[in-house]
Amino acid sequence: MSFSLFCIQMLNGLQLGVLLFMLSAGLTLVLGIMNFVNLAHGSLYMMGAYFAAAAYARSDSFLIAALVGVVGSAALGFAVERIVAARLYARDHLDQVLATFGLILFFNELARTIWGATPYYMNVPQALSGTIDLLGVSYSTYRLAIIVVGLLVALGCYLLINKTKVGMLIRAGSSNPTIVAALGVNIKMLNAAIFALGAALAGLAGLMSGPILSVQPGMGEPMLITAMIVIIIGGIGSVRGAFYSALIVGVIDTAGRAFLPLLLREFLDRSTAQAAGPALASLLIFVFMAAVLALKPQGLFPVKNQ
Amino acid sequence: MMRWRISAWVAALVVLLLLAVPLYASLAPEPYALTFVSRVLVFALAAISLNLILGYGGMVSFGHALYMGLGAYAVGLLAQHGVTSGWVQLGVTVVVCALVGAVTGAISLRTTGVAFVMITLAFAQMFYYLFVSLKQYGGDDGLSISARSDFGIFTLASPIALYYTALALVLAALFVMKRLVDARFGMVLRGCRINERRMQAMGFPTLRYKLSAYVISSVLCGVAGLLYANLTGYTSPAYMAWTVSGELIVMVVLGGMGTVFGPLVGSLVLLISEEILKALTDRWMMILGPLIVLVVLTARRGVYGYLLDWDGYRERRRLLKDARSAEGRP
Repeated sequence: MSFSLFCIQMLNGLQLGVLLFMLSAGLTLVLGIMNFVNLAHGSLYMMGAYFAAAAYARSDSFLIAALVGVVGSAALGFAVERIVAARLYARDHLDQVLATFGLILFFNELARTIWGATPYYMNVPQALSGTIDLLGVSYSTYRLAIIVVGLLVALGCYLLINKTKVGMLIRAGSSNPTIVAALGVNIKMLNAAIFALGAALAGLAGLMSGPILSVQPGMGEPMLITAMIVIIIGGIGSVRGAFYSALIVGVIDTAGRAFLPLLLREFLDRSTAQAAGPALASLLIFVFMAAVLALKPQGLFPVKNQ
Repeated sequence: MMRWRISAWVAALVVLLLLAVPLYASLAPEPYALTFVSRVLVFALAAISLNLILGYGGMVSFGHALYMGLGAYAVGLLAQHGVTSGWVQLGVTVVVCALVGAVTGAISLRTTGVAFVMITLAFAQMFYYLFVSLKQYGGDDGLSISARSDFGIFTLASPIALYYTALALVLAALFVMKRLVDARFGMVLRGCRINERRMQAMGFPTLRYKLSAYVISSVLCGVAGLLYANLTGYTSPAYMAWTVSGELIVMVVLGGMGTVFGPLVGSLVLLISEEILKALTDRWMMILGPLIVLVVLTARRGVYGYLLDWDGYRERRRLLKDARSAEGRP
């Protein structure tokens, strides 16, 4: 295994990690503050990708596509919050799981009806195609752009939550929503705004992954499940925890898929390694989650004072 | 004097109709009806198993399809290697489901609430990916089963034998559930759903009770999977997909969570509505999805739950009337 291959796989892991972070940030905020399990978060990611892909095909401009994808999914998130989610905050988790399960069925079928069942491929924008030289390692410019965008989003989340008035309300709302409402804050609008923000981030993740994954109905669920593993490992409600654990999960998953089959070949015969490698690699993050839970049921970075 | 309640009448009627389905299917003749109702029964068995932990134990498992898949693969993998004895397959199903249930249950039950939902989902997904990556056993495409389970005195190759086996198992499961939830074990489990901390304060080792319920439920669901593989003659990772787990929850809630008979009613109602919607349009999921949301928002007691409520209402009115006439008032 060469050094450059190792670097590329690490960068790929980082790239998957920041995508997972964009998804998990919204999920963990909504879960931590409104105590709402949003299984349809993956659908918002999918719809964001479709909005962007459709806009990109029409306008041929990646900026317009980005705008449509992010604004479109934020608007959709806002609508979902007002129509369905807001009615379920006071209900138990089972009702929330069921209702958002219904929404997933609806959105997947909606995407299939509008855009067809065949995967939709989005081209990498002209300016970001090709590769870039990073200290002697050549790496896809577009994937590097994803990493940069993801890190900027993480920085933005940090500043928003810790340095602004809205962020202060978000933190206050997560520890005691009733008191925040009693102090005269419009908690309904705050909730809707947080939901829409999470949806916008999911849409951004969908948009960014459009050119490297295929855009198709049901694309949201595998990502959603991985994002759930991320927030369980990170500690529910913690954006900081979601960031670190997204990077950890991204790197573990990518490295496992790349290196585990090679590693197994060292001490197993070729055909067994060929069969067992991918199977074990796909289980790696689940095993990691189980290990974390066995040692720290609250997650690695639990929210304090709750 | 034992008064017949409406819920009991409905339950008796459903069971009678189910007994008569093979007769109707052969006289009409509509063989599809037999296959369809067999599917209802298989899912009812899985929903009954889920109801034990979801409805009585308050554990929202979003990965119960995992055990259906394991049961189905027990048939598929053993048949692939020439073992078609139903008893062996049943034994393997029970042992594997109990083991997987005990291990994943012990880890998942370290958490509660949302985290439990997500972890059960994640474990089911983990096995889903495992079976997808087993290319030598069909991977994503699944595995067709050439020989059905052979139980010596009968074989599940005959649709009628399969149907009555499924029906007998459903009725037996209903009976056992009734006894189980009214027994001490069930009482402790129901107590955990309402207030686990109080049960602990009373000295019950709640984790042990919950884990036992989880394992019992896993094994029963695995048996449903064994039947399902025999019904379709095929097994695939799709049997343990998260959508199947979701459907099982919908069945339990639709029929009436925490009622013994509810899951059977729920699987009947859900699968029949799916058939009707499929006949109406190809895009049936676009109607089913919002319907589920609507049921959650408005009618969460479930069909059988409402029947029980109605019985309770009639009973209260009768008692009130008796009390009034005893006092000599009109």
